[in-house]
Amino acid sequence: MNVIATPRDYGLLGRDAKLAEEMGLASAQWYQCPMPRKRLKELMQRRDAPAILDTVIWIASFLVSGGLAYYFWPTWAALPFFLIYGVLYGSSTDSRWHECGHGTAFKTRWMNDAIYHIACFMIMREPTVWRWSHTRHHTDTIIVGRDPEIAVMRPVLILKVISMFFAIPQTWGAIKSIVRHAFGRLGDEEATFIPEMERGKVYLVARIWIVIHVAVIASAFYAESILPMLFVGPLPTMYGAWVHVMTGLTQHGGLAEDVLDHRLNSRTVLLNPVLRFIYWNMNYHIEHHMFPMVPYHALPELHKDLQPYLPRPNSGIIDAYRDIIPALWRQRKEPDWHIEPKLPAGVSPVTAAAE
Amino acid sequence: MGQWIEVCAAGDIDAEDVMRFDHGGQTFAIYRSPDDEFYATDGLCTHEKVHLADGLVMDNIIECPKHNGRFDYRNGAAMGAPACVNLKTYPVKVEAGKVLIDTGA
Repeated sequence: MNVIATPRDYGLLGRDAKLAEEMGLASAQWYQCPMPRKRLKELMQRRDAPAILDTVIWIASFLVSGGLAYYFWPTWAALPFFLIYGVLYGSSTDSRWHECGHGTAFKTRWMNDAIYHIACFMIMREPTVWRWSHTRHHTDTIIVGRDPEIAVMRPVLILKVISMFFAIPQTWGAIKSIVRHAFGRLGDEEATFIPEMERGKVYLVARIWIVIHVAVIASAFYAESILPMLFVGPLPTMYGAWVHVMTGLTQHGGLAEDVLDHRLNSRTVLLNPVLRFIYWNMNYHIEHHMFPMVPYHALPELHKDLQPYLPRPNSGIIDAYRDIIPALWRQRKEPDWHIEPKLPAGVSPVTAAAE
Repeated sequence: MGQWIEVCAAGDIDAEDVMRFDHGGQTFAIYRSPDDEFYATDGLCTHEKVHLADGLVMDNIIECPKHNGRFDYRNGAAMGAPACVNLKTYPVKVEAGKVLIDTGA
């Protein structure tokens, strides 16, 4: 059977933005699994220790991989260490940006803010812009015309998805955005989710970042070596992006748009401890969206509590991509088609706004 | 000055916690601080109208359960993005073991 494709308008000022409001999908009430208040309070408790330990290991990993890459440069022996360094720089920063942006990774506020800004710089996500875009992403998750963080738009362009693994569209978009902001200009769509009082910070950070990037490029010219640019700047963001794109696409890839039930538009995948360290447990993504103030270190516990209400999680990356690749391939031609997760018996999904 | 309205027994709210209270078409958040003082604010986050009673109380801060908007519930002050507008606060007293608020109505 042929499915007739419906053109989508992912712009935040476009037709589907208005349609989402008319349909009650904007800032709507989302389904939440039953969760006793006392238990949720336990799970939401903040702690510094897990994130401090992870951060010590994280920084040590940077120093060891970066140090060995520097030591072996310019021989091929440096390559595996750059690959590790790149994954730390361009991928592990995705989850640090994310968790610290939610303010849940550490109990101590300044620790969240410090790691947030460092991670933002490395992954080239402007801190104020992305704080607000992510706020919208949680309000209107995968609602067309409302969510500025829909990674794979439909109809799916496979070459674009492949290029995302090398952070090509993301980095190009970031460079254009940083330059625009450094000139004191905000995009029309950004203006829909960044309040007036926050915009000065956007411009200031863009200018600071440009100074840092120019200094790195100048140091490369001065040293007559590309080495400084392999350690800091867009290059490690790009050559190390593949792990965060691999894990990130599992979050919503191939699932429903325009629903008000995170079980239908988000995915939980069980991962090994190394990937969970890099990804800071964001593989428990349904759980995270349903209760975003539960810190990453408590998500495995939350997952256990919610299991009776959730679809079966994917057993790993390969299992997840067995679902995602055919779905994205099909969505090239059939953008209305999506994966329908099977909920436990007797549990009904919520697909529309309440009257 | 309006009328004092009974909310609940003082023991119904744990220390360092919050409870939702709906009255007269309005929703309020009633707090018990770690040092056993009671406070009341509007019940919805000024950022996106999420019920604060589902959030986390840490010392004198209430954190919105959706977007991490944070307020000092003693005076309603917004503590930073995404909470940019202060919460309205209401007088609270405890009499005969009951928590009462003055909604100003």
